[in-house]
Amino acid sequence: MNQKILIKNGHVIDPSQNIDEICDVFIEDGKILKIEQKSSRAAGTPPPQPPLAKGGNEKGGMASPHTIEAKGMYVLPGFVDMHVHLREPGFEYKETIKTGTEAAVRGGFTSVCCMPNTKPVNDNSSVTEFIIRRSIQEGFCTVYPIGAITKGQKGEELAELSIMHDAGCIAFSDDGWPVKEALMMRRALEYSKILDVPVISHCEDLSLSSGGVMNEGLLSVTLGLQGVPAQAEEIIVARDISLAELTGARLHIAHISTAGSVELLRTAKKRGTADITAETCPHYFSATEEAVKGYNTNAKVNPPLRTKADVEAIKQGLADGTIDVIATDHAPHHSDEKLMEFDRAPSGISGLETAFGLCMKLVDEGVLTLKDLAEKMALTPSKIMRVKKGTLKSGSDADIVIIDTKKEYKIDAAAFRSKGKNTPFDGMSLKGAVVTTICKGKIYKWD
Amino acid sequence: MSLKSKDLVSIKDLEPEDLELILDTAAGFKDVLGRDIKKVPALRGKTTVNLFYEPSTRTRTSFELAAKRMSTDVINFAVSTSSVIKGETLKDTALTIQALGADFIIVRHSCSGVAAFLARNLNASVINAGDGINEHPTQALLDLFTIKEKKNTIKGLEVAIIGDILHSRVAKSDIYALIKLGAHVRLIGPPTLVPACMKDLGVEIFTDMNKGLKGVDIIMMLRIQMERQGKGFFPTTKEYFRNWGLNADRLARAKEDAIVMHPGPMNRGVEISSEVADGSRSVILEQVTNGIAVRMAVLYLLGGVRE
Repeated sequence: MNQKILIKNGHVIDPSQNIDEICDVFIEDGKILKIEQKSSRAAGTPPPQPPLAKGGNEKGGMASPHTIEAKGMYVLPGFVDMHVHLREPGFEYKETIKTGTEAAVRGGFTSVCCMPNTKPVNDNSSVTEFIIRRSIQEGFCTVYPIGAITKGQKGEELAELSIMHDAGCIAFSDDGWPVKEALMMRRALEYSKILDVPVISHCEDLSLSSGGVMNEGLLSVTLGLQGVPAQAEEIIVARDISLAELTGARLHIAHISTAGSVELLRTAKKRGTADITAETCPHYFSATEEAVKGYNTNAKVNPPLRTKADVEAIKQGLADGTIDVIATDHAPHHSDEKLMEFDRAPSGISGLETAFGLCMKLVDEGVLTLKDLAEKMALTPSKIMRVKKGTLKSGSDADIVIIDTKKEYKIDAAAFRSKGKNTPFDGMSLKGAVVTTICKGKIYKWD
Repeated sequence: MSLKSKDLVSIKDLEPEDLELILDTAAGFKDVLGRDIKKVPALRGKTTVNLFYEPSTRTRTSFELAAKRMSTDVINFAVSTSSVIKGETLKDTALTIQALGADFIIVRHSCSGVAAFLARNLNASVINAGDGINEHPTQALLDLFTIKEKKNTIKGLEVAIIGDILHSRVAKSDIYALIKLGAHVRLIGPPTLVPACMKDLGVEIFTDMNKGLKGVDIIMMLRIQMERQGKGFFPTTKEYFRNWGLNADRLARAKEDAIVMHPGPMNRGVEISSEVADGSRSVILEQVTNGIAVRMAVLYLLGGVRE
């Protein structure tokens, strides 16, 4: 790890400090020392020297910093993905903490929050401790475990939320599954109030979605595939909003995909009687159910890819603040598993390495600004998870991503660091790439 | 003469000209079936494999007869006694069969999209004998052939398809084929089994069978699967027959010369009464005979492995 780093001449965007201009960023010992706005320097004065290290180095002189020239680039707080599946323990053939976090940093993420649907399920402190230990040993970035709400994610008995929180869980979710019974969800929300944590809900009415493998509509009928109506998601979104209002707990809705869900959230936020946040994923604003044509299992995901109207509503929801966060729901699978009958293939898209590029399209289209991206991908998820990330404030971890918004490239799934090559976006042309990721001062430079 | 693709996976992929070509070719092969020596040497030396993951007697036998009439060697890959039970994947099973030298693979599977998957991954000609609830192309082709034989045309005919449209691969293929050749299609059945969005395909949807049968030339009945009872699609087969069963009374509402079709096997008393099934307007057995001619035509036009 480099002791002193200087990022020069980059356009720094840090919503937490309202910075949006050319600055120099000074990093020391894995922390951000300070940011110097070029505009605040009087004309004619020489650029400042990096501060003397206390005690100096062995040679007795001033150590010169590792300098990164960022002219023409943007410098943002490292992204924080509050929804990934790292698959370890239990499904290491799909992904490990090592490969998943490597994929994360490649995508510009310096922190990830991993879901508990591992084997064994992360519903106790031992598994939590294992994940944290592994991430320290082998992880490329910070890993925050999300613990299960119920034991085994079965929706029957509460898991030991406090004890897991002590061990390091920062939020709770039965993701992969909904909490089936309203009463159980109520209890979980109420009980969670003893800790300042969000309860993250995977909204799916299993009876309506049962057997479904894609969005319900004319396309599912003509492909002969069982469909999942939008209502399967919306009914539980409505239920959980109601319960959040009843209990006063902190609710976060995972992976919303439909226009109806956006509308429910918009209305709930207007009412303002509950603490509700929501996330969507890049695939819900970048693709529709048409991607399934030809029985493309790489487009099989839960919730499924929806219609054009839903995509437009998701974009509108992002633009007007109804949707707070963009998370990937990174769900890697082994290629053998996706090379199967559509009905039998597992659902999921490997998303860490395509997220930023797909989000840049929103910036190109004028739906969001880069500052909005910094909020939705770094600052807001950090706030919701109550972690000191997503910011370039002095004293914060030097978690930084440097972006070249002009760089053009094609998505190449075969080159993913993730073990999961399952993406419907392979071959897609994008503009805007992560060129350097810095995790606590450790520099990863990408071609 | 041949079809553009090496496979027959889906009616949706075919042009009207392709459908006409198959029907014309089938007419020629039907003649052969009337001769003493029912053999056509065109595909001698080729190998046909029947890969049936779902049980089937009539379709498999029909394909087997057609393949033998075209002089190919036929192998029935018995799934239940094979390595599939040992957990071999679909792709591996198919590649193995190809390595054994199959020119034609006729596949029936409970998952939609399997025929397309095999067609994409194998060099052999893949014929879809029914994939999940997606399509059953050769059934639609033999239905068209039967209609054309009886009515001389498809265009402009009023065709009613009655029953569990949602779960019927036969109905789907029929709908696509009939629309391509210019027929007017009506779907009749309970709202739970006739997807409303299908009206966007250009069909008319009825829940009232008496209304729906007025002025109809062709009545196509679909089998009601017993497993669908008790799942909320309809209460009992007794109630189903009351609303959507074809009896002589209902038949009288259609045109005087309307014909009755059924892909088989029939559930007598559930979707169709014996009186109608065995009556003079039924062409159900002719459909079976025509099936062989149509399948011979498909094999002939696909012609085997392309270089």
